[in-house]
Amino acid sequence: MNSKAIELKNVNIKYNENPVLKDINLTIEENDFMAIIGPNGGGKSTLAKIILGILKPDSGKVLIFGRKPEDTRQLMGYLPQKVSFYHDFPINVFQTVLSGRYHGLFKGHNKDDHIAVIKALKDVDMLEFKDWQINRLSGGQMQRVFIARAIVREPKILLMDEPMASIDPEMQNAFYSLLSKLKNEMTIILVSHDVGTVLTQVDKIACLNSTLYFHGPVEEAADGLEELYKCPLELVTHGIPHRVLKKH
Amino acid sequence: MMGILQYEFMQRAFIAALLVSVACGIVGTYVVIKRIVSLSGAISHAAFGGIGLGYFLGLNPILTAIPFSIVSAFSIGAIHEKINISEDTAIGIIWSVGMAIGILFINLTPGYSPDLFSYLFGSILTVSNSDIIIMVILDILIIGIVYLFQREFLSIAFDEEYSKVLGIHSELIYILLLSLVALSVVVLIKVVGVILVIALLAIPAAITKQYTSDLKKLMFMSTITGMFFTSLGLLLSYIFNLSSGAIIVLVLAAGFLISYYIK
Repeated sequence: MNSKAIELKNVNIKYNENPVLKDINLTIEENDFMAIIGPNGGGKSTLAKIILGILKPDSGKVLIFGRKPEDTRQLMGYLPQKVSFYHDFPINVFQTVLSGRYHGLFKGHNKDDHIAVIKALKDVDMLEFKDWQINRLSGGQMQRVFIARAIVREPKILLMDEPMASIDPEMQNAFYSLLSKLKNEMTIILVSHDVGTVLTQVDKIACLNSTLYFHGPVEEAADGLEELYKCPLELVTHGIPHRVLKKH
Repeated sequence: MMGILQYEFMQRAFIAALLVSVACGIVGTYVVIKRIVSLSGAISHAAFGGIGLGYFLGLNPILTAIPFSIVSAFSIGAIHEKINISEDTAIGIIWSVGMAIGILFINLTPGYSPDLFSYLFGSILTVSNSDIIIMVILDILIIGIVYLFQREFLSIAFDEEYSKVLGIHSELIYILLLSLVALSVVVLIKVVGVILVIALLAIPAAITKQYTSDLKKLMFMSTITGMFFTSLGLLLSYIFNLSSGAIIVLVLAAGFLISYYIK
């Protein structure tokens, strides 16, 4: 039953001659709820983009449900770490989310797309803003719109890069309950440098700092402290995670 | 006052003003919201290379400007993509190289080049019937392409990285958009000339963008705004016997200032 959602084999990538990812081997099973954690500059976003197929590794193999990332784009939902867009762009909330339901050249949007957009906006509690121009939204509201854009495709894999970075504090709990609802329907990968909050939510972690230090169930990470020490968590949270992990 | 329309060249001039406004309104909207105004300036100046080629080969310079401006659009895309320089630098290179090629072709053409000035600064009063036919065809082409690729254009203009995630070939779509700019430039050369083209692409959309945030309305209103100001400019240039291209640009700029203050 548990098929492999994502398989990375010996993936290497350099940026301006600096190795960003070294020999990454990672398997993520279908319906896993995994966090990829590690310090800033550790290659987390690069890894995310390789999984999405918008960056090609210099060497190694990437398989999404056994296929090439370019061929599985319709299965992926993505929340970028930072979206660079012009705030005065003439687009409203509904249209922004609708753009996530892309079917290919010469294929317009249909009724199902509209229903999916309404549902996604409800999920992130932004339905009342659907006709608002995006320049009227706060940063936190905009982040919710981008989350809706990611889940509106009803993806098989949902990849979120630092989702907590610009979310309103009061939205955090709602966000986690949304994730726990979604995790029955799809594979979820959270990329985060903020170990504390993430670890209480996910089932598995992968610890990344150029190379993969550890990946597996969170409990094992807690039991195998020795293993964990190889993971430079201190860099990230200054030693707090031990307490977080033991409580788990 | 309607007396001026008894002249056939004035009728053609007004028809041309209306036709170019369609290209300006639609493509100009993308130019303004994707912030590729100076890039479009580079394409329009580079089109001068094609005009020189037309002189050299003894063809209608408008026709030779079409492939030339499209090639320059591709070059900017390619230079930016393949060679590791900024788009800003690519703009500067294409801008001047295109003009240099044009000057060279004109040097190589024997004899005096009579209406060279009209391609630099426009001369809407000399629009011919074949120019009008070219404008109609290019307008239809522009409307058709925008209709077919509206979702892709919106996606790459708003968030290029995400459009890749969606599976859109964003580089190709971007080059298609630049090609549309190139076609619009060609439509506009007769009216305001390569040097002033950019005003017609940028100003109508800049005016209406203050009043609406809906893309379709923006295109429609920019077209109407363009039609109004180019016709007004044409009328004033006739009354005061001044260069039509320059007056149209200045009327547009005045329109922008007024719209900014009454907003």
